[in-house]
Amino acid sequence: MLEVRELRAGYGETEVLRGVSLDVGEGEVVAVLGSNGVGKTTLNKVLSGVLPSTGGTVRFNGCELQRANSAAIVSAGLIHVPEGRRIFPNLTIRENLELGGYRRPRRARGANIERVYATFPRLKERARQYAGTLSGGEQQMLAIGRGLMGEPKLLILDEPSLGLSPLMVEEMFALIARLAAGGLAIMLVEQNVVQSFELARRAYIMENGLITLSGAAAELKSNPELKRAYLGL
Amino acid sequence: MYSPEIVIEALLNGLMLGAIYALIALGLTLIYGVLHIVNFAHGALLTVAMFAVWVLSARFGMDPYLSIAIVAPLMFAFGYVLQRFIIGPASHGKDNSILLVTLGLSIIIENALLAGFQSDTRTINTDYSFRVVEIGPLLLSFPRVVGLGVTVLTTLLLWLVLNRTDTGKAIRAVAKEKLGASLVGISVPHVYAMTFAIGCACLAVAAGLLMPSFYVSPKTGAAFVLVAFTIVVLGGMGSVPGALIGGLLIGLVEAASGLFFGDSLGQIGIFLIFIVVLLFKPTGLFGVQQ
Repeated sequence: MLEVRELRAGYGETEVLRGVSLDVGEGEVVAVLGSNGVGKTTLNKVLSGVLPSTGGTVRFNGCELQRANSAAIVSAGLIHVPEGRRIFPNLTIRENLELGGYRRPRRARGANIERVYATFPRLKERARQYAGTLSGGEQQMLAIGRGLMGEPKLLILDEPSLGLSPLMVEEMFALIARLAAGGLAIMLVEQNVVQSFELARRAYIMENGLITLSGAAAELKSNPELKRAYLGL
Repeated sequence: MYSPEIVIEALLNGLMLGAIYALIALGLTLIYGVLHIVNFAHGALLTVAMFAVWVLSARFGMDPYLSIAIVAPLMFAFGYVLQRFIIGPASHGKDNSILLVTLGLSIIIENALLAGFQSDTRTINTDYSFRVVEIGPLLLSFPRVVGLGVTVLTTLLLWLVLNRTDTGKAIRAVAKEKLGASLVGISVPHVYAMTFAIGCACLAVAAGLLMPSFYVSPKTGAAFVLVAFTIVVLGGMGSVPGALIGGLLIGLVEAASGLFFGDSLGQIGIFLIFIVVLLFKPTGLFGVQQ
């Protein structure tokens, strides 16, 4: 579904992505793991069209997207729920969700909002409240809910567990598992290695702007080098 | 001292002049709230709109109020094109360059108007320019009564657009969260241009309301925008209700200080308020700390 080949990008003179290649298949959960500053967020920004690529290709459902703008990418169904949530604090929860469906026909909107409310009952309770008044965990739910409003074929989740309480982290991963069970393809970009391995079928390890390791999550989990570097075992 | 009728009459007339100020400030504050720049071309664009109203009246005999229906869409389109294809691309995403581009634009527009219309002041004479409306013992200027009514309607319409339409919600979203907006598929350059366009359309409405009782020369807009800027600061940078309330308040202050200090010192109260606000409540009435 998503095929990334030799993708390069950076800021000014500094190249951050130095030829990244990865795939996500139909209905698959793939984890992209790596510590801070290896280029995970840059990768997401390029995939969602807010940062231009300098080389390589991105194919999504057969369309070339490496030159596309963010509006076209959202229309294609590649939806990125960013790190730091980036919800609209000055809009109500319902308005945030409505804008999630900005690129979709209006008539589908009501049903989509009801579906998001069914997944996140807490958002329904607060529909008329300003999004800026929500707690961190609720804001993350809203960010994912807003992403779902874009009718994603592939959902990129960037650090969904960042800054949440341990209990909330559990809830978040359980929720992602539920979305995946519903057949949605998910690219999970995380620092939380242990829980990501639980969820993902395959994983890529990113270091210094390159994919250095990849394979089935079950195999990678027992890789001695990885254990030492990430799991502290 | 003055009789109460005279004071109330003056204050009401001030309120109604303030309404037109508010309309000019509305565009300025909206553009500031979304693009985070002070639009230095705002005054020149008001002058353009006023000349457009004048030309329609002088050449085609059109009523200035009716001409709003033509000038507002024209100014909307002009504003959109200006932001999307000139100000936006020329500034390369840097706020301080946008500032300079709008300043340059205002110089170009003013001089183009000078070349086209000379520096004469022009007026439109309508049979209602000096008509007064009698309400009980009060005599109110007809053009100002219309001005207040149309301003309230325009603000209401703007509020509906910002709160009820997708474009309006996108404008509010971009004001606070540009990256989030891009990620739901909102085109930020388009939203910037729409905001600028709406600001220009408000100027067209203000121009139509001003022309029956005011004059236009290539420098006219600048004086209004100075007052409008005070209103934006008073109401809170970027706040739409702040612009309306601030505008009405400034109109009252101008009328009161005109009454008590004399006409030529009428505007002194406005700038005193400006200084007091900056000293004691720099965020303005409805502003939020950034």
